[in-house]
Amino acid sequence: MATLLVQDLHARHGDREILCGVTFDVAPGEIVALMGTSGAGKSTALRALVALQPFTRGSVAIGDVALRPGRIPAERFLHGLRRSIGLVFQAPSLFPHLTAVDNVTLAPIHALHVSRDDAERRAEELLAELGIAPRAHAYPHELSGGEAQRVAIARALALDPTVLLLDEPTAALDPARRTALGQTLRQLAREGRGLLVATHDVDFAGAFTDRVAVLAEGRIVEEGESPAVLGSPKHEATRKLLHHERSI
Amino acid sequence: MRRSLLALTCSCIAVGAAAAQRPVLRWGGDAEGGAPYVEADPADPSRVRGYDVEVAELIARGLGRTPRFVQVAWAQIEASVERGDFDIGMSGVEDRPALRERHAVSIPYFEFREVLAVRVADSARFRTLEDLRGKRVGTLGSTGAYQILIDSRGALGVVPISYDDDVHPYTDLVAGRLDAVLLDHIIAERSLRRLLRERSAARFVIQPAAIATGHYVIVLAKSDGPLRDSVDLILRGAMGDGSLERIFREWSVWDQSQAGLFERVRRAVPLAVAPPPSVSGSTATYIPALLRAALVTLALSALAMLLAVIVGAAIAAGRVYGGTFTRALLTAYVEIVRGTPVLLQLFVLYYGLSAMVRLPAFAAAVIGLGLNYAAYESEIYRGALQAVARSQLEAARTLGLGEWQILRLVRGPQALRLALAPMTNDFVALLKDSSLVSVITVVELTKQTSIYATNIGSWVVPGILCAIVYLAMSLPLARFARRLERHWSIA
Repeated sequence: MATLLVQDLHARHGDREILCGVTFDVAPGEIVALMGTSGAGKSTALRALVALQPFTRGSVAIGDVALRPGRIPAERFLHGLRRSIGLVFQAPSLFPHLTAVDNVTLAPIHALHVSRDDAERRAEELLAELGIAPRAHAYPHELSGGEAQRVAIARALALDPTVLLLDEPTAALDPARRTALGQTLRQLAREGRGLLVATHDVDFAGAFTDRVAVLAEGRIVEEGESPAVLGSPKHEATRKLLHHERSI
Repeated sequence: MRRSLLALTCSCIAVGAAAAQRPVLRWGGDAEGGAPYVEADPADPSRVRGYDVEVAELIARGLGRTPRFVQVAWAQIEASVERGDFDIGMSGVEDRPALRERHAVSIPYFEFREVLAVRVADSARFRTLEDLRGKRVGTLGSTGAYQILIDSRGALGVVPISYDDDVHPYTDLVAGRLDAVLLDHIIAERSLRRLLRERSAARFVIQPAAIATGHYVIVLAKSDGPLRDSVDLILRGAMGDGSLERIFREWSVWDQSQAGLFERVRRAVPLAVAPPPSVSGSTATYIPALLRAALVTLALSALAMLLAVIVGAAIAAGRVYGGTFTRALLTAYVEIVRGTPVLLQLFVLYYGLSAMVRLPAFAAAVIGLGLNYAAYESEIYRGALQAVARSQLEAARTLGLGEWQILRLVRGPQALRLALAPMTNDFVALLKDSSLVSVITVVELTKQTSIYATNIGSWVVPGILCAIVYLAMSLPLARFARRLERHWSIA
């Protein structure tokens, strides 16, 4: 059974329709790449899944939590959603006035009302699992791009979501750090989480994701296991994407 | 016939030319002081009238000059005459040793009595300063009466309250903010007449026993000794030929004490004038008062800033998060406060609202300055809140934090970093703006300095001392603001 199920999703910016009936799913323990060129609607889809962007039609289900079309509900109605799904932004968006560990403990303490001691213990475990325990007391401006991203992942994981979304996670990483990130995501999937990675990084998608869904002009035009889609693309938009990315 | 016509025409031209060429005597006075000294003529507000106006005209006539009035704030008459803004200064200038040391001063031309005014109900129990232990006694700052009250503070336990004008002490007396007013009898009688004219039920009485006597003189620049001698000659002549008496009678200020004064002047009996205080002696006396006033400035500024920060933050939050009506209301508040002078706001708060709420002066000063600065602070905070990146707010939202938690834990702390340096600069500005509250009787550093300067007749030493105290308060703050800016810009 899918942990994330998106059906017939429509969303618009003003008069412009960005998503015109997007349907896909992510199973527990699975990493799915949502691919597409810049402006294809990947970020809009991710933002709609975490209720930062309203959608006009369709449905989103994360486990037994459902999102409906129309205005974004008030935060007090979104507790279930926030606990079920986390988002790591393209720019890590760490809170600059807090240390790494305080970034990670903020939501457990204030949103989940976990005790400070328990929240800190869990944060230190997460930072250690992600290989950045020594940087726990550094401020965001003291962290490298890769370290900041792993702190952002730890921050999202601190709420123990069943689905984790990552928006262009490899954009600011060198090849060695991309590999490290891929291994981290694999580990998270092994723990039973469903991961949706919006990316146009073909090599990363080929190496670390199970399935690929290609988004073009607001629709999923091709979907399947990563080696098949990336090895022998069937849709013209997928071929163009692969050609464009490999020629960079 | 033709010859005589020609002669008449020539003589008319000569007289006209002489009048046109007659040198001008610029005399300085304060029309805000009002009648009977100097006031704007109700029939033609561009002209002034009053007994000092007529004395000035008498002197100008005697000198063969044309009088021309120069408006100057009463407290600045001495400094202005010394720097050459006009030739002679008058309108209730009190004779005192420091004045004679610093300037050329005429013979006294009017004798006044310092009298106590008290509410009708208190007329039997408050007759002298001795009866006013622990009571609030108002007067005009920088006057002989104020000095008497300061001297009585230690000896008699009187609480002196200084005003910038001579009207509000009496309105505050009938309103119950003061227990007595000590001022020149002319001013007391004028205020009583005004209340009678207004048919006001709340009245006061003037106690018959004078607390002290003093004299009005004409002040000239130190180097204008020869002109002063001419003025003295004219005044003596006017005392002898009755023209000065006629002026005083016309303005209803003639009494027997003036006749006594004229007689003493005519016989050249030296008037009792105490030796002038030395600058070093006065400085030693005033330093504790200046330090006390500096504490008032600091406490006033700190409390007003605290209020400004709290109210400013609430306004900013309301303008960022509030609905249309709240935003419109708060915007109107900010625009009205920023678009009107803080002096006007202080006057309205202290005097204008006194019928509804009678605030103590210090509280009115804190509230007035605090609410004024809140408008400016709110703009800083609003800008700072809006400068926090949207992605920060969205990241906080995806973590399940509510709007209030986001403001408190994410947006507010980041905005505070942006706002802290401008806030510190505002606090330095507030320290200096706090001098404005002297208009509502709070004696802070600048007011105390002004009193001190008037007492010794010079702004040099008081000005330097005052600047040192302000700098001692503001420089560390400015340094702190720069350090914060550097620190946060790295972060």
